[in-house]
Amino acid sequence: MGRKLLLDKAHIPGIRYYDTYRGNGGYAAAEKALKGMTPDQVLDEVKKSGLRGRGGAGFPTGMKWSFIAKPEGVPRYLVCNADESEPGTFKDRYLMEFIPHILIEGLIISSYTLGANTCYIYIRGEYAWIPEILEEAIADAKKNGWLGKNIQGSGFDLEIYVQRGAGAYICGEETALIESLEGKRGNPRIKPPFPAVKGLWQSPTVVNNVETLAAVVPILNIGGEEYAKIGIGKSTGTKLISACGNINKPGVYEIEMNISVEEFIYSEEYCGGIPNGKRLKACIPGGSSVPILPANLLFKTAKGDTRMMTYESLSDGGFATGTMMGSGGFIVLDEDQCVVKNTLTFARFYRHESCGQCSPCREGTGWMEKVLKNIETGKGKMSDIDLLWDIQRKIEGNTICPLGDAAAWPVAAAIRHFRDEFEWHITHPEEAQVRNFGLAHYADPLPVAAVPA
Amino acid sequence: MVQFSEEKLNKVKEIIARYPDGKQKSALLPVLHLAQETFDGWLSSETMDYVATLLHLEPIEVYEVATFYSMYNLAPVGKYVFEVCQTGPCMLRGSDDIIAYIRQTLGINVGETTADGLFTLKTVECLGACGYAPMMQLGKHYREHLTPAKVDEIIAECRAKHA
Repeated sequence: MGRKLLLDKAHIPGIRYYDTYRGNGGYAAAEKALKGMTPDQVLDEVKKSGLRGRGGAGFPTGMKWSFIAKPEGVPRYLVCNADESEPGTFKDRYLMEFIPHILIEGLIISSYTLGANTCYIYIRGEYAWIPEILEEAIADAKKNGWLGKNIQGSGFDLEIYVQRGAGAYICGEETALIESLEGKRGNPRIKPPFPAVKGLWQSPTVVNNVETLAAVVPILNIGGEEYAKIGIGKSTGTKLISACGNINKPGVYEIEMNISVEEFIYSEEYCGGIPNGKRLKACIPGGSSVPILPANLLFKTAKGDTRMMTYESLSDGGFATGTMMGSGGFIVLDEDQCVVKNTLTFARFYRHESCGQCSPCREGTGWMEKVLKNIETGKGKMSDIDLLWDIQRKIEGNTICPLGDAAAWPVAAAIRHFRDEFEWHITHPEEAQVRNFGLAHYADPLPVAAVPA
Repeated sequence: MVQFSEEKLNKVKEIIARYPDGKQKSALLPVLHLAQETFDGWLSSETMDYVATLLHLEPIEVYEVATFYSMYNLAPVGKYVFEVCQTGPCMLRGSDDIIAYIRQTLGINVGETTADGLFTLKTVECLGACGYAPMMQLGKHYREHLTPAKVDEIIAECRAKHA
């Protein structure tokens, strides 16, 4: 059984409520920080922990915090990014819904460290029932002296507010989120200036993901050095993985970053294998934007080592043989799944969610969707595969924000690893059309990657 | 004429108070949510103009925001809006079949409303319920692990509430 730091209390009935959370050791980390540590000491612990941002980018949190500008007389803000919108990712929802106080506690410690007296939780609009849970937790924390003026006699003041988005994936990008929080369209800003210098209302602002901010609580409880001992190399601590697709046990799992990908998929403790004895075809381990990997590359790195659930091991060898940890949205495809159709749904997603500011993204995502739709329904030409490749290359790296890359990478990886499947759709148009309605399987056996030993 | 109740106007004031003085534009998204919930599930031009007045904004500032975010309805919808997720993870677990079943059962296509004004069917992109797929959003809540039988139950439940 792996060590749990975020979900260790998840099984306790009523842990959603203040009294139960507090009665089971909750707010001890906040107490430790506010009553016995300076902000710099807390920052030092976070740096020692090696915590990396859990939203997808994996940037060191302590370093990000140290960038915040400190001009005199200008307020600083902490914004909690709860705009979880990456297909395959639903871990932050679990934390907010079932253990909201760990997030509130993490926000108190983080705000104290950053010198922020106001914090906003920007939550995706579709999670419409969760703001009520968070607001109840905030009210209870305030009633018990953890928010408001002079928290626990420490001299530190903090207010936390919940802001609901309204259905735009792009608002998960930190500058688009800030624009949205200012009541505008969620158009990403050009960086620099970075939010740490000019963010919300042009004030220094740190934007961190829910899981990242919650992780500050166990870091203070056990100490940064102890936290850094968990995991491998620069992948320290535990990570929430939301597992879905063709697995026996979809759900949110907390893993120590020292287990293998194969163990995660097949062990009873986690995904429990593939339903109905089917073979594993492919996996997207970090949410829809990261490259898909066929099964024959999934369990071994480019160097031939066992591939582990770490940032480094998942990306080993670059995109030719690797993928990314991303947000930890772990999507599994069994042998019956069509990679072309799966790629099409993601292309449609990114076309739908593009804010439209940059031409390569606005035009390119729609173009990729159309070409993929043609191929998927048996109306494609062989040259369409190269066309798709060209389009994704023209999007990648040519947009203000990473949505362009997020749209391009899944298409590139699907062509790189499953080109024969694209060709099958083109050479078997009638079967492809039937397949498109979900009424029959392919007439010919599809290429399936090696079955794990 | 569009007009919030006293209680809702107090809620608007409470929302505005979350932001620094002069930054009341930040209240726009929450107030639009409140307006949509209050005025039949959609935002008419009249409603958006009203919101602009409340927040001391130009109407265009409200229009450009309302048209950007997919959760704001800019045309009338049914009393119950089935928003079925169709993105990758839900597709892998059969969302296509669920959408087809709802279309067949309600006799409407995606984007349409039943003649009695009760149901609207929409397809949406990822709702963050990938482990509980296939799923849909109905009002403020998610309905997950959908099967045809569950869809039947949900439709019956909505009809019973309306009866």
